[in-house]
Amino acid sequence: MNRTVAAALMSGALFGLGLAISGMTDRHVVLGFLDLFGDFNPQLAFVLAGAVAVTAIAFRFVLRLPQPVLGTHFRVPTDTTIDRPLLLGSAIFGVGWALIGYCPGPALVGLAGGLRDAVIFVPAMLAGSFAHYLVERRGNIDAE
Amino acid sequence: MSTWAPGLFGGALIGLSATLLLWSIGRIAGISGIVNGLGSAPRSDRAWRAAFLIGLMTAGAVAMQFLPYAPARQQTGSTPILLLAGLLVGFGTRMGNGCTSGHGVCGLGRLSWRSLAAVLTFMSTAIATVFVMRHLLGSQS
Repeated sequence: MNRTVAAALMSGALFGLGLAISGMTDRHVVLGFLDLFGDFNPQLAFVLAGAVAVTAIAFRFVLRLPQPVLGTHFRVPTDTTIDRPLLLGSAIFGVGWALIGYCPGPALVGLAGGLRDAVIFVPAMLAGSFAHYLVERRGNIDAE
Repeated sequence: MSTWAPGLFGGALIGLSATLLLWSIGRIAGISGIVNGLGSAPRSDRAWRAAFLIGLMTAGAVAMQFLPYAPARQQTGSTPILLLAGLLVGFGTRMGNGCTSGHGVCGLGRLSWRSLAAVLTFMSTAIATVFVMRHLLGSQS
């Protein structure tokens, strides 16, 4: 196993551990956060705050390095435009997220843990992503 | 259960995970982007993605077995709603180039306005959707 793969494996494991410990693998906890006008559960706010507190400080130092320790350059998005696909895509994601309480990370962990709901959700999620890939490819062909 | 402590601690682990990935291989820890790239990125770019997802799923699933508050295996989401939700999440995150991790944890950490716009958008539609589902339609998903 090369070092790039080992680093990614470690990072993924930390992420999965964080999702499980923080309770985000329980979709009802997530739905509780989104139920602002009902049975509100602030848990997700603590999780996001804990995560962003670390990244907001650590990313500043990391991105000052000339390059990542195992790579040639940082692959950070350079696009800063707030455009229609960004807003429409995010709006669609929000609706799907709220219908059941799964976003991609917790759904994948739930699938691995054999949670019945995640086992149904994840294949549909992959199909949805593939559907967008097809729509976009078709758009590119039409534009040529 | 008071849950702010495991929330902050678990959140910090997620932040550390994103920091490790950026520091080591220069990549953003956005789950939807990593998944999507598995099918469409150049072949040389797939091994780290697979490794990240294997780590995520293995560690997450194992940890869930040991936590007192792990979700029940047999949950009761309606199958048509689960399928619709999955389709929308897959389609929307690909169109909007990110989800809670890419735009939320990483984008906000980079102080990106683009990601902030995405986060405010999906939080708004999500809160509105739960309001409609729970309080207008009276459904309990």
